[in-house]
Amino acid sequence: MIAEAGLAALWLAAALAALQLVLGALGLTKQRAEMLGGVRRIALAQALLTVFAFACLILLFLRVDLSVALVAQNDHADKPWLYKFAGTWGNHEGSMLMWVTILAAAGGAVALFERRLNERTLIATLAAQAAIGLGFYAFLLFASNPFARLSPPAAEGQGLNPLLQDPGLAFHPPTLYLGYVGLSVAFSFAVGALVTRYVGPAFARAMRPWVLAAWIMLTLGITAGSYWAYYELGWGGWWFWDPVENASLMPWLAATALLHSVTVLATRDGLRAWTIMLAVVAFSMSMVGTFLVRSGILTSVHAFAVDPRRGSFILALLVLYIGGALALFGLRIGTVKEGSRFDLVSREGALVLNNLLLSAILGIVLVGTLYPLAVEATTGEKLSVGAPYFNSAAGPLALLLVAVMAAGPLMRWRRDDLKVVVQRLALPVLLAACALLALTIWAPQIGLLPRLGLILAAGVAAGSVAPLWKRNLRRTPLFTYGMVIAHLGIAVSLAGMASESAFIKETLVAARPGETHVVGPYKVRFDSVEPVAGPNWTAVEATLTATRDDRQPLTLRTQSRSYWAPPTETSEAAIKTVLDGQLYVVLGNAAEDGRWQLRLWWKPFVTLIWLGGAMVAFGGFLSLVGRVWRERRAYGRAEAYA
Amino acid sequence: MKAKHQRLILVLLALVAVIGAALLAMSALKDQAAYFYTPGDVIKDSLPVGRAVRLGGMVKKGSIVREPDGVTIRFVVTDFKDEVPVVFKGIVPDLFKEDSGVIAEGKFTADGTFVADNILAKHDERYMPPQVAGAMHKSKSAEE
Repeated sequence: MIAEAGLAALWLAAALAALQLVLGALGLTKQRAEMLGGVRRIALAQALLTVFAFACLILLFLRVDLSVALVAQNDHADKPWLYKFAGTWGNHEGSMLMWVTILAAAGGAVALFERRLNERTLIATLAAQAAIGLGFYAFLLFASNPFARLSPPAAEGQGLNPLLQDPGLAFHPPTLYLGYVGLSVAFSFAVGALVTRYVGPAFARAMRPWVLAAWIMLTLGITAGSYWAYYELGWGGWWFWDPVENASLMPWLAATALLHSVTVLATRDGLRAWTIMLAVVAFSMSMVGTFLVRSGILTSVHAFAVDPRRGSFILALLVLYIGGALALFGLRIGTVKEGSRFDLVSREGALVLNNLLLSAILGIVLVGTLYPLAVEATTGEKLSVGAPYFNSAAGPLALLLVAVMAAGPLMRWRRDDLKVVVQRLALPVLLAACALLALTIWAPQIGLLPRLGLILAAGVAAGSVAPLWKRNLRRTPLFTYGMVIAHLGIAVSLAGMASESAFIKETLVAARPGETHVVGPYKVRFDSVEPVAGPNWTAVEATLTATRDDRQPLTLRTQSRSYWAPPTETSEAAIKTVLDGQLYVVLGNAAEDGRWQLRLWWKPFVTLIWLGGAMVAFGGFLSLVGRVWRERRAYGRAEAYA
Repeated sequence: MKAKHQRLILVLLALVAVIGAALLAMSALKDQAAYFYTPGDVIKDSLPVGRAVRLGGMVKKGSIVREPDGVTIRFVVTDFKDEVPVVFKGIVPDLFKEDSGVIAEGKFTADGTFVADNILAKHDERYMPPQVAGAMHKSKSAEE
């Protein structure tokens, strides 16, 4: 019954989306703004129905209802409840249902909260959101039905890929999807603005909080995914330039550019066409990412199943929506008036440079991700593009971007004097010079990119907090703090990345219990190996003791696990975080003579990478709260005077 | 500065950035794209000595040998026709085993041995790397 109720709710929601589109179009052509109320209510109902359908699927997974095909393929009675719950989206159909639910919920949120956009543009926006929704409802109902029954019911579930059986599964996909799909709102806003020819500061101020919210979630999702891969895969890396990772990075790059250009539009009425374009590109990147991950043309832990029909379906949707939006852009952008002007040396100038660099990096990542697919499709030749390409092509631009980031906030809007800007940058430059000197003396052997990274991080950290210099800190608006913290987070993250790659120490040995090996500042003694058991796995567990000078010794436990549903081996790394870095130990295979392979890493300041990511998201959050709060107040005042 | 000039400068800047990024991407792609080889390709073509490449195939049955240091292993990658010896120092992935698909990242030495610095095995039981599947298919249909 639950499965049927969920399926019915989905069909009903799809019908409502169609109605929302038709009513919206009618409202626009017949110039009847009073239809807005109806469209709003339909969007809300549609959101509630999809949430209900998603709740049905979660319930089926929690109850391990083996008469539902999806549950039988991915669930297992022995799984802990958290993985039954999170396993709902640990498969193709479930994650697509989550995608659609968030899409409808985002539309519902716009219908519920958006009060500042003019009525016609809001109707067009909600109609656009419904149009996106229709395509993905069709995909879900015709090519990925999560509620399909299995007859006769399976005797036992097949379980969930053990790599996914981790608390990270409860956090990483939902946040990432909120960001990914949240960008659909920016897309719909852009379409709405184009349809009703309403591109200007008021539009930008209405769109900004939505972009910001999606961007915060995307930042959190990427940060969480990076840390999850770092500790779960046991490879010790935090970013692999895997196409699936790139699929999440590309929307983030576009959304970051959009976030900055929308500020120019809101504050100075500049970059009108460009902002609209970026809003279209950002969600297009989300859809490209969905296509790459969900079509099965890539193989990774994210590609749950390979079905070519699904790939072509998503590709068709992709072409339809991106092509449609670009065609609308081409038709209408001529009627958008040119925005106001500004000098090259100005805040706007710096933000334009930021946008150019972000777009260039986006292009490089996109080319590197799609190139192997294009080559294989045309010549049949197989090749892969990995870290060396991305680091050497995108690395220098990213460093340049970070340098611009330090200077931008110190510049005035419209026009500034280059000499004065240079003076304001004196302290950051001084700090960077100190870092250069220190590195030349104490660490002459490190590579160029990490060296530049560390120097820049020092300068940029100083540059990020410089906007607070000589300001009344109590009267500084919350969103300025948000910007400062987010920029500082980038510097912190950069410092972590550079430090990890510059100073990492690795020891690979085959050791007998009782032996001691050295990695970085630690002496690690291999104490014992013992069998242990968990709810749905058995494992061998190695216990190690790490000592450093005369500090409290650290105990590390690392496991090599065998799951039985499905039968899979995984290794659980032992990670100990201390103030100046992490000790990371992985247990390998046993040799015949009683020795065990051990891989020990000392990673100085590696945690800064994710701390920085969290700071960026937190800065975004402060900014969001600050903006909404200030505009609520201004709105209230305007109403009182009206 | 006139507004027209300013616009021109902006457009020029954008062009320079885009062209620069494209050049950067192309040159990096030419050097860094790791080509995928199967044992058959290696025998046919000249050895790409010293370039970062990927080698894919099946781990030959009975070919895994562990060196006395306990962390170096040697094995043979086969497509059921041609074979390439591989040496790897490190911890092999959990799903690495004989008679199962593997992709090794690394470089060829002049004597034809592949020195791997990374081993990728399939993520779960249901999955085989498509490149390996393609290579298998090719060598099988060549036999017929």
